[in-house]
Amino acid sequence: MAINHAELRAWLEANCPPEMREPAGEDDICWGGRRWVFQSEAQRLWLERCAARGLTVPAWPKEYGGAGYSRDDAAVLAEEMRRIHARPPLVSFGIWMLGPALLKFGSPEQKATHLPRIARGEIRWCQGYSEPGAGSDLASLRTKAEDRGDHFLVNGQKIWTSYADKADWIFCLVRTDPQAMKQKGISFLLIDMAMPGVSTKPIVLISGKSPFCEAFFDNVEVPKENLVGTLNRGWDVAKYLLTHEREMIAGGGNLYDIHALDRAASAKAHGAKLADPILRAEIARAAIDTYASEATRQRYLAEAANGGEIGARSALLKYDGTELNKRRHELMMSLAGAEGLYFDGNLGPAQDIARGWLRSKGNSIEGGTSEIMLDIVAKRLLELPAD
Amino acid sequence: MLLLSEEQKLLMESARGAVTARAPVAEFRRLRADSRGEGFSRAFWRSCVELGWTGVLVPVEYGGIDFGVVGAGLVAREMARGLALSPFLSTSVLSASALARAGSAAQKADWLPRIARGEAVVALALDEGARPGAIAAKATRTASGFRLDGVKHLVLDGQAADAMLIAVECEGQAALLLAKADATGLSRDARTLVDGRRVASLRLDGVSVDADARLAGGAATIEDIVDIGRAVVSAALCGVAEEAFSRTVRYLKERRQFDRRIGSFQALQHRAARMHIEIENAWSASLKAMESIEARSNSAALDVAIAKAKASEAACAATAECLQMHGGIGMTDEFDIGLFLKRARVDSVLFGDAAFHANRVATMLGY
Repeated sequence: MAINHAELRAWLEANCPPEMREPAGEDDICWGGRRWVFQSEAQRLWLERCAARGLTVPAWPKEYGGAGYSRDDAAVLAEEMRRIHARPPLVSFGIWMLGPALLKFGSPEQKATHLPRIARGEIRWCQGYSEPGAGSDLASLRTKAEDRGDHFLVNGQKIWTSYADKADWIFCLVRTDPQAMKQKGISFLLIDMAMPGVSTKPIVLISGKSPFCEAFFDNVEVPKENLVGTLNRGWDVAKYLLTHEREMIAGGGNLYDIHALDRAASAKAHGAKLADPILRAEIARAAIDTYASEATRQRYLAEAANGGEIGARSALLKYDGTELNKRRHELMMSLAGAEGLYFDGNLGPAQDIARGWLRSKGNSIEGGTSEIMLDIVAKRLLELPAD
Repeated sequence: MLLLSEEQKLLMESARGAVTARAPVAEFRRLRADSRGEGFSRAFWRSCVELGWTGVLVPVEYGGIDFGVVGAGLVAREMARGLALSPFLSTSVLSASALARAGSAAQKADWLPRIARGEAVVALALDEGARPGAIAAKATRTASGFRLDGVKHLVLDGQAADAMLIAVECEGQAALLLAKADATGLSRDARTLVDGRRVASLRLDGVSVDADARLAGGAATIEDIVDIGRAVVSAALCGVAEEAFSRTVRYLKERRQFDRRIGSFQALQHRAARMHIEIENAWSASLKAMESIEARSNSAALDVAIAKAKASEAACAATAECLQMHGGIGMTDEFDIGLFLKRARVDSVLFGDAAFHANRVATMLGY
C-alpha cells in the first residue's frame, strides 16, 4: 500500500525544525554515535522525530527501525524533503553500507541487534577494507582472524578507514583461511572498537584535513557471533556491498557539485566575461563533458528503473564522475589564479577552493581507482578478453 | 526521461533492419563510385517512404506521421551505421521542419505532402563560408516579389533538389525563401566531399521568386530549425562512432599478435573503455537535446549546443582511435573503418563544429 502523500507532507512541515531547512555544509552533517555531540537542539529533535517514524532508513523493514517503504515511497519522501530543503536527519556508513549487507547476509540476531541502533543513530560505523599492502588488489589483505574456539583473535592493520577515530564499531574484511587462495579465505567481521587492542590514528591528507585513519588490531578477541554470513565467504558480502555502494552513488544525485565551476566562471561571479579565451574555452569544454556525463547517469538510472540494472555501468559512472570532478577542480584553481594559492589559516572561500582541489585528487582513488574502473568497463561491458 | 518509448524502440529496430538489408556500407561504396549520380539511391529513398521516415516530422494533416525529433534522430543514427545516403536530413528533417513551422498555408499544402511521399527533395541552403557566420546572400524586393543574389555552399542534396530553402538577408533581417531548383538565375555546382558525399554550391544571380516565397519568422526561427538539424546530426554522429567502435571491439577480440588477442592488452582496453564512455555520453547528450526540443524546453538551445559539441568531438576522436587500433589495414581504402572517420569529420562540421558550439555554450552559460 502506498504511503499517504499528503499526510507525509504535513508531517514534514510540522516536524522539520526551521534550522534543519538551511543549506548544510560538510560540518553540519549529523553522523550520530555513542560520542556524538549534537550541534543544536534542532538537530537532536529532527533525528529523534525521524527515527521514531523510521524515516532515517525509510526502505528498511519496520521491525529493524525502518518505515517499510517501497522504492517509490522512498522516492516520494526524498522529493518531499527536497521540496522543503530538509537536511537528512542522519548520515552514516551504517545506513549506507552495513545495513544493506546485514539485511541480505546477517543472522536474525545480528539484524535485531545492529540495525535499530543504526536507524536511531546510536552507533556509528566505519568500514575496514583497505590495508597498507592491499589497495586496488583488495583480496590480498592480510589482517588475520584466528579461530580460538569461542572467539576470533584479530591481528593486523587497516588503512583509509573513513572517520575510524569517531566510529564505535567497524565492519572488516579479515583473513580466516591463510591457506586458501585470495578471495576464498576472507570473512566479514563486526568489531566493537571499544574492545581492548583496537586503536586508530588519523592520517593528515594533502588538503590538511583528516577524514581518513589507520586502524590497528592487536590481539583483539572478537566473539564468534560477529561473523556475518558464511566463514570464508566474506568476499561475497564485500562485493555485494561495493556494488550497492556504487549504485547508491550513481542513484543518489550527483555526488559532486557539478555546477560550482559554472557559477564561478559566470560573469555574475566576477563582473565580466572571462578575459582569458583559452581558460574560457577549457571551462566550456569541461561543462560540455560534465553535462553530457550527467545525461548518461540519468539515462542509465532511467533504464535501470525501467527493469534493467546499473551493474557494471556503475564503474563507468564512477570513473567518469570522479575524473570530471578532478578536472573541474583544476579549472576552479585556474580561475582563482594567485588568490587560490593562499593557505595560511584564514578560513575563506579561496582556501576552500584549494582544499577542494586537493581533496578531489582522492576521488579517482577511493572506492576503486580509475584504472580498476576502466578494467571493469573493458572486461564486463565491452567483454574484452583476458587471454 | 532519456528513456525510449516502446514505439521509439520499434522504430529504431526497424530502421536498423532496413539499413542492414538495403543500405549497408557496400551500397555506400557503390554510390560513391558513381560520380555522376544524384548522390543517393532512389530505391532506398522509396524504402524510406514505405517506412514512413520521409514524413517523420511532417504533420499528420499533410500526410506525415509526426513522430518527433527523437524519432528522426533514431532513424539518422541507424542510417549512419550503414553510412546510408539519402535526402533524409535535408528534406525530411530540415526542410520539413522549416515548412511545418514557418511555411505559409500554401507552401505547406504544396510541399509537405510531396515531402512525405518522397516525391520532392528540398534542400536547405545556409552556409556561405568556411564556418557559420553572418548571411551575406540578399533578397531585395522587386515589383513581383524578391530578387536573390549571393552564393551558398555545402548545400546537402542541392544537386538533386527540386526546390531550395535559401537563407538570405531580407529587409534587414534573416529570412528563408523558397525557390524552385529550375528558377532562372540559380545555378548549382555538384561537389564531392572528403567522405564521398555529394553536395552543391549555389550561385544566386538575380534569382526571381514571388512575394509569397518568403517563410515566416527571422533569425530565431532559422536558429530553431537549424537546432533540429544539429540535434539530428549529433545522433547521426553517434551512429557513426558506435558502428566504428563496435567493429573495432570485434577486431580487438579477433586480431592476434605476440600470441595473444590484442584486446587483452590493458593499454588498448583502457583506451577502448574511455572511447566507450565518450560515445555513451555523446548519445546521452544527443538524446537529451532531442527531447528538449520536443518538450520546447527553455534549455533546448543549450542542450543542442552541448550535444553537437560533444558528439562532434567524440565521434572524430573515436573514429581516429578506431583507425589506429586497426593498424595498417585501417589506412586502406578497401577496409571500411576509414569511411567512418571521414563521415564523422564531415558531420562534425555541419551546422557548427565542436569549437563553434563550445563557444556558444560558454556564452549561454555566461562565462
